[in-house]
Amino acid sequence: MPKITYIDHEGLSKTIDVDNGLSVMEGAIQNNVPGIDADCGGSMACATCHVYVEEKWLNKLIKAEEAEIDMIDMAYEPKKNSRLSCQLIVSEDLDGLVVYTPAKQT
Amino acid sequence: MKKIDSIIIGAGPVGLFAVHQLGIKGLKSVIIDNLDKVGGQCIELYPDKPIYDIPAVPECTGEELTKKLLEQIKPFQTEIFLNERVEQVYQENKNWIIKTNKKNEFLAPNILIAGGVGSFEPRKLSIKEAEKFENKFLFYSVKDKEKFKNKNISIFGGGDSALDWALELSKFSNVTLIHRRSEFRGAPHTLSEIKKLESKGKLSIKTPCQLESIEGDKNIISLQVKFEDGKIEKIKTDFILSFFGLIMKLGPIAEWGLNMNKKTIEVNPHNFETNKKGIFAAGDICNYPGKLKLILSGFHEVALASVECFKRARPNEKYRFEFTTSSKTIQSRLGKK
Repeated sequence: MPKITYIDHEGLSKTIDVDNGLSVMEGAIQNNVPGIDADCGGSMACATCHVYVEEKWLNKLIKAEEAEIDMIDMAYEPKKNSRLSCQLIVSEDLDGLVVYTPAKQT
Repeated sequence: MKKIDSIIIGAGPVGLFAVHQLGIKGLKSVIIDNLDKVGGQCIELYPDKPIYDIPAVPECTGEELTKKLLEQIKPFQTEIFLNERVEQVYQENKNWIIKTNKKNEFLAPNILIAGGVGSFEPRKLSIKEAEKFENKFLFYSVKDKEKFKNKNISIFGGGDSALDWALELSKFSNVTLIHRRSEFRGAPHTLSEIKKLESKGKLSIKTPCQLESIEGDKNIISLQVKFEDGKIEKIKTDFILSFFGLIMKLGPIAEWGLNMNKKTIEVNPHNFETNKKGIFAAGDICNYPGKLKLILSGFHEVALASVECFKRARPNEKYRFEFTTSSKTIQSRLGKK
């Protein structure tokens, strides 16, 4: 099972085995990883599952579609490596992915 | 204080349909919503996006759905209080009293919370100097544009609000439009107008950059933006307008003593009552085993809740289940002969 590492804004790290096909957001919510709210439940209608992706992973991920980029504008302190974790679907290719959760989601 | 049968919090699709379900049972409602218009998430998040899972409506947009619901509840002539947030809720015998931020008071045996994911509020600038200038030199919405005449205005954001105000204010002020990336998203016509103004030197655009600091003591003098390449630029500014969209905050609901599960309210799925007798929750904000955040689920939830609301509002009357197709009483309430 792919391992996904979530690091919060204070540097606390949690590595979780996440099933293929789940989103990085769902991996966090189902395992009580704090720092991801996911108010809309994964429909790309809010920006509360916002994460910063470790730089080296940026190009390995499927590119964000326009609607995701628009929504990231609404996130708290977006950066170049910002993504919505509901749009990152876990597969073997993502084994070892590291995401940083922002200081807050709203 | 206004006395009524039910107070509905939230004017989204579920709150609007609640008016109908309560109305055909002869109950009068009021709706209170923090936004400036009805429709809730349908209007605020996806007015133009098609919805495909409303029963018997193969396709409609959030805006169309809202319009249709308003038409459906028109016979009940319900008062809707917009731009108003419920602050306090307390009990008086078998009734509930609600106080809003505009000091309006309502008394009713039933409160139905159809609050979606809470109230929408503008996302605020995160730098710490922002707070002291808020509502004086820094605004998250425009109420009186006269204030901005012949001033230096810095507008943040890349969406419709930012673009529309940049266009409007550039007619009589010195506008700088600032966005964190180089692409804007807005109506194509607005975008081309903005580009035209920029090429004529009537408006300046700074991208891709973000706010770094605000300078000034009593009022704003200037601000600094940081470009992606690390370069810093100072921009002379009298007023800042920031349009980073809306965030959803549960707000005061969390303090009403209801059983909460994260940001949702636990309900009994038989009548959608919360742990407080007479307070109901329906739509995205309620939670019970198997809950789906679908508009159609919300419609079902308010139908069931309305039965319990009837029993509480009319304790001396017997509730009779009726169909709209055959009930003369319902038909007359709907204004049909």
